[in-house]
Amino acid sequence: MSAPTRIFVPRDAAALSVGAERVAAALATEAERRGVPIEIVRNGSRGLFWLEPLVEVETAAGRIAYGPVKPADVAALFAADFLHGGAHALALGLTEDISYLKNQERLTFARCGVIDPLSVADYRAHGGFAGLERALGVAPAEIVREVTSSGLRGRGGAGFPTGIKWKTVLDTPAEQKYIVCNADEGDSGTFADRLLMEGDPLCLIEGMTIAGLAVGASEGFIYLRSEYPHAHRVLNAAIAVAEAAGYLGASVCGSGRAFRLEVRLGAGAYICGEETALLDSLEGKRGVVRAKPPLPAISGLFGQPTVINNVISLASVPWIMAHGAAAYAAFGMGRSRGTLPIQLAGNVKRGGLIEKAFGLTLRQLIEDYGGGTASGRPLRAVQVGGPLGAYFPESLLDTPLDYEAFLAVKGMLGHGGVVVFDDTVDLAEQARFAFHFCAVESCGKCTPCRIGAVRGRETVERIIAGIERPKNFAVLDDLCTLMTDASLCALGGLTPIPVVSALTHFRQDFERARPVPPAE
Amino acid sequence: MAAETGWKPDAAQAIIEAGKSAPGALLPILHALQDAFGYIDRSAVPVIAEALNLSRAEVHGVITFYHDFRAAPPGERVLKLCRAESCQAMGCETLVAHLAARHGIAVDATTTDGRLTVETVYCLGNCALSPAAMLDGELLGRVDAALLDDLCRPQPGSVS
Ligand SMILES: Cc1cc2nc3c(=O)[nH]c(=O)nc-3n(C[C@H](O)[C@H](O)[C@H](O)COP(=O)(O)O)c2cc1C
Ligand code: SF4
Ligand code: FES
Repeated sequence: MSAPTRIFVPRDAAALSVGAERVAAALATEAERRGVPIEIVRNGSRGLFWLEPLVEVETAAGRIAYGPVKPADVAALFAADFLHGGAHALALGLTEDISYLKNQERLTFARCGVIDPLSVADYRAHGGFAGLERALGVAPAEIVREVTSSGLRGRGGAGFPTGIKWKTVLDTPAEQKYIVCNADEGDSGTFADRLLMEGDPLCLIEGMTIAGLAVGASEGFIYLRSEYPHAHRVLNAAIAVAEAAGYLGASVCGSGRAFRLEVRLGAGAYICGEETALLDSLEGKRGVVRAKPPLPAISGLFGQPTVINNVISLASVPWIMAHGAAAYAAFGMGRSRGTLPIQLAGNVKRGGLIEKAFGLTLRQLIEDYGGGTASGRPLRAVQVGGPLGAYFPESLLDTPLDYEAFLAVKGMLGHGGVVVFDDTVDLAEQARFAFHFCAVESCGKCTPCRIGAVRGRETVERIIAGIERPKNFAVLDDLCTLMTDASLCALGGLTPIPVVSALTHFRQDFERARPVPPAE
Repeated sequence: MAAETGWKPDAAQAIIEAGKSAPGALLPILHALQDAFGYIDRSAVPVIAEALNLSRAEVHGVITFYHDFRAAPPGERVLKLCRAESCQAMGCETLVAHLAARHGIAVDATTTDGRLTVETVYCLGNCALSPAAMLDGELLGRVDAALLDDLCRPQPGSVS
């Protein structure tokens, strides 16, 4: 009997959300019925979500993709001999040749959707652990230097140089230091962390282990938002697999240096993505923002020197260590080096993950990759950088994705989420929501945010209702200035960004007459 | 997950004992209690406070700070509906209105028959397949009115 054909059906949560589990079951049943030997591999997702469930078949020519597959398509796929890449309406050709994927520069996401996320052998066969092996052979300061000269900046939102943060922790003597991974990914429109944790969890584990070696930390925590139960299961399984293979534990790869890893769940609080609130939450407290200084790098988790980095920042490190800082820095523009995993979402035909060197424009992203709006209606606004990011009009779509370029147009790149809205959007309502979100998620520590968000929401509601508009516009301006200048952290401090951008670019939405007041 | 049974003080005590020695033990304990019972009964507060050497006010403060923790049992099924920006762009508020108009179901409430709790969440990381929701821990994408109608039918269970 011939060797079973390998078929890849993602176990990624997004793929499951549109029926990947049922497709996998249907494939198994149909193969059994036909007496055809197949092996179903549950990979992560390639991040081409409009094609999910995306089924791939391994052939002599390479992996051939079919999607989006429904259980009802399965019998016809077999009939079309898809096991040998047969023609079918859902056939997409070689996966690697799908232009959305082919035109990307996948460094951090190179393995995502390709390998079995829980197979160390697969991981190694695709370049995994090469970075760790190199790190084990050099001095800690050398690792820090490599990360610094790669130009890697934090992908969690603030864009702070990762190597500089690590150097502070390395240079702060302490008995116990910690590596904390910020996997709170609270921004609407973002899913890169989730995709990576589910599709290539060993890459995050490797990155955290390298960070531990670099600064002398023997313990790490992944603070994962509770909204990600699938990622939770995958991470725990991956940690167990890495321990069993000797990559985690008392002696990493027999080096005599320890690194242990534990996943902790958040509990549905956006503010716990802010690094100091996250640390308090990890310590078992309310997630309230700490005043800085001290920096977490000096006094972080349980008062010890702590590296806290976003998932993508940490997962970029293995590639940098394996290929060298210069190779990474060769991608990008200006002071934004390397690649940015962009997440294209909202009202767009082809939503997904696009890892590209910095510098792609919003228009290229939305038109070339996204294919325009899902509704087919005209695009009206794009929010970049999560709930604290600006709403841009069509006229600003030629802005390149680059930290500095976004600051110049009074926005921010944040974690790289891009949410598209068609012309049915009401930007006054979006401004109201920005305040509402801030009010719901405020940690309550400082007044400009705690009180300002509630007043801001009321003020926008009055404007929408047509009550004393000139007076309320003035109140709104004052409030935004106060929140920007006097908030302790970026939740209160940046909530004015979506509001002011809506006022600047979409003033007519606030000024027009309304038939009915808003709900709530 | 939805609660299957009522609060069991002995089982709760065992969960608290088992978790109390880890550093930063409070959140893992609260999650374990809610996983087991669907909510965190008030009676747990003094027990946790004593086990972790905290004041009752501190424990209460933590429970109420986080949106996840419930003070009362939820319905048999829990639907978390994403209402953040990407899902707004794909009409999640229309779904909220549909639940109210067609089924008389309010968000952030439990139906009077105790069958369904609908909760607001802000982003489930499924924004490329908005609108998104999570039903008893199972992620759903491209949620539409028909799917909600299915869920609200007298015999729940088929959402395919
Ligand atoms: C309100 C708020 C929410 C945040 N949420 C996240 C988050 O979900 N994930 C993240 O990595 N960083 C988040 N950050 C940024 C973190 O505070 C911090 O900058 C980051 O974890 C540092 O890691 P990096 O340098 O690797 O980006 C948030 C910041 C603020 C103010
Ligand atoms: S700005 Fe808001 S979230 Fe940040 S510290 Fe102040 S109250 Fe807390
Ligand atoms: S905004 Fe709804 S899933 Fe992200």
